[in-house]
Amino acid sequence: MDKSERLQQTRLSQLVNTFGLPRLIIAGFLLFLFIVAPIAGADLPTQITNVFNRFSWNAVLVLAMVPMVHSGCGLNFGIPLGILAGLLGATLSIEMGFTGALSFVMAILISTPFALLFGGGYGLLLNRIKGGEMMVATYVGFSSVSFMCIMWLMIPYKNPSIVMAYTGVGLRNVFSLENFYANVLSDFLKIDLNPIGINLVIPTGSLLFFALLAFGMWAFLHTKTGTAMTAVGSNPTFAKAAGINVDRIRMLSVILSTWLGAVGILIYQQGFGFVQLYTAPFYMAMPAVAAILIGGASVNKASVGNVIVGTILFQGLVTMTPTVMNALIHIDISEVVRIIVSNGMIVYALTRKTEGGK
Amino acid sequence: MKMKKDLRGQTSNFLQNNLVPIMFIAICIVCYPLAGFSPSYLINEIVTRMGRNIFLILSLLIPIMAGMGLNFGMTLGAMAGQIALIFVTDWQIWGIPGVVLAMLLSIPLSALMGLMCGKLMNMVKGREMILGYMMNYFVGGLYQLVVLYMMGPIIPIKHASIRLPRGYGLRTTVNLTNLRQCLDNQFAIRVQGVKIPVLTFIIIGALCLFILWFRRTKLGQDMRAVGQDMEVARAAGIKVERTRIIAIIMSTVFAGFGQIIYLQNIGNFPTCTAHTQIGMFCIAALLVGGASVEKASIGNVFLGVILFHTMFIMAPRAGAAITGNAMIGEYFRVFVSYGVITLALIMYETKKRRARSQGGALLALAQKEGGVQS
Repeated sequence: MDKSERLQQTRLSQLVNTFGLPRLIIAGFLLFLFIVAPIAGADLPTQITNVFNRFSWNAVLVLAMVPMVHSGCGLNFGIPLGILAGLLGATLSIEMGFTGALSFVMAILISTPFALLFGGGYGLLLNRIKGGEMMVATYVGFSSVSFMCIMWLMIPYKNPSIVMAYTGVGLRNVFSLENFYANVLSDFLKIDLNPIGINLVIPTGSLLFFALLAFGMWAFLHTKTGTAMTAVGSNPTFAKAAGINVDRIRMLSVILSTWLGAVGILIYQQGFGFVQLYTAPFYMAMPAVAAILIGGASVNKASVGNVIVGTILFQGLVTMTPTVMNALIHIDISEVVRIIVSNGMIVYALTRKTEGGK
Repeated sequence: MKMKKDLRGQTSNFLQNNLVPIMFIAICIVCYPLAGFSPSYLINEIVTRMGRNIFLILSLLIPIMAGMGLNFGMTLGAMAGQIALIFVTDWQIWGIPGVVLAMLLSIPLSALMGLMCGKLMNMVKGREMILGYMMNYFVGGLYQLVVLYMMGPIIPIKHASIRLPRGYGLRTTVNLTNLRQCLDNQFAIRVQGVKIPVLTFIIIGALCLFILWFRRTKLGQDMRAVGQDMEVARAAGIKVERTRIIAIIMSTVFAGFGQIIYLQNIGNFPTCTAHTQIGMFCIAALLVGGASVEKASIGNVFLGVILFHTMFIMAPRAGAAITGNAMIGEYFRVFVSYGVITLALIMYETKKRRARSQGGALLALAQKEGGVQS
């Protein structure tokens, strides 16, 4: 009796250790929100729909963190580079006159060479500054976003549905994807329970697409190259001794991350229904980084499971807090809660001693 | 012959070390005729901005001395300064007494935040910058929680000019009309239409003297030793962690003062966002002055402020003149500020890596020689 109790206790502390205290607190808080929501008068199926939707928008962007964390390049604060490649793909595909689902396929195809190019250059740079990736990545992201701000004005786009309304020069800040690829994925095989009186809509297509990419990532990490990537991340000296070309593997991971960032933003746009240009990509890295950390990743360890758990927890928190808080105390502090939780999580992850051999 | 070679080596070295300032001088020279500002207007603007920014930028010097890199966490001090200003505004204490009181109030807050930041930075030696950078956002969230929700019911704020009528939270802008330029106008003199804020410059001068004196004290020497090599310093009996925390606390406190000086010049501030860009612009200005992540002097600060803000004033007008679109100049200056920081960080990291591999090679050589001898 005494023994089993003690066993249980150690199990609990083990759970806390492996799962991490902040994660438990966040998961507990989310559970609390789900329980309180119906009492506070919020419609639970609507809330679940929201969480599903937000998950399907953001999951691929979070997935883009995985390869770089695996190869020891740290958290990819430079994801704006990938996002820019995606934006180039989106705008060029529309500029060329594609519409409907085809414009989505073309956007992915067009953004791919840009992602390879940007990722290649970025990878070369990161290989020269091993150990200081995260800070440089942040600023590479910032400076490339501000550089592209100039480019959005200078590239001679012509399509009237995306250029500025009266001058006709430069792209708009935000434009709608109504006639292009809004909801092309999420409407595919959509499960809509509204006809039988439940406000539950599941964007099956988007979830399937994410599942496909996630499975691809999982499978890739189990190939020979993927294992080599993990080896480089956990111990570069050992990897080098085992005959792995460390720089090449790191480069590959950066390119993969950047490409996933490009695809990720396109999927985000098809769910959101709008394309945001100019300064919008500045702060898109933070939510993705926070989500994967909340999911249980650390600075040099991440899995597909972390991505799924983290995105559900983070997006759940983001969507549930405002409705429940509003219904309960009529004060909307959700934005502040989001800022504190996401950035607090990043600070916490940075201070943990999980440094691999550098 | 050899001397000539030496000279050439020296020039290329000089070019390499001062690449950024030279680039900026070139940008300023190109922009000047395009922008078409009158010299007196330009000088007036630059002098105003010097008075406004130099104190903030000087606060970055001490952590660099202690080998902790660019203190992106200086924003924490700026937030402390803003909270102090909010209290002073609420109590309606105006003029120079108000500024002095705000500075005194900001000290405990800044020191507390500096202590927290320093402790965390000691946990992540070698990655101080990214931690300080993330602390900005984290503490920024806490600051918003305090300012938007706790001020009113929990922290007493009475005056209706800053509190929202709903009972909690502050208005989006805090108005400092009665504090506005009270330091700058004291003893101000005008030379051919250029207003020189003498008192502000005296305060800046005092801080410069303090920094120069501080470098020679025992603590200052300790900081430099820690900055050179942490392990050697520890072996020499210096309390490394404590010294590093003190460096960050000093920087945060000075940043708090700097923000108060900055805001009294401007005369109002957006409650939630006044601090967000401060760190970026101060660090960019310092780097433009020729500083690097591990070395910065007072001269770099002054040169940096002048060059960076000259570019900053002229870029929108010059951009409009070249391309016919003012927004391009606007984006260009943001791009340049980020670009300079990126460049400096890349140069620092490559240098660090090269030094490390050189150290490794030397060690290997020494071991090899030792092996031959034995």
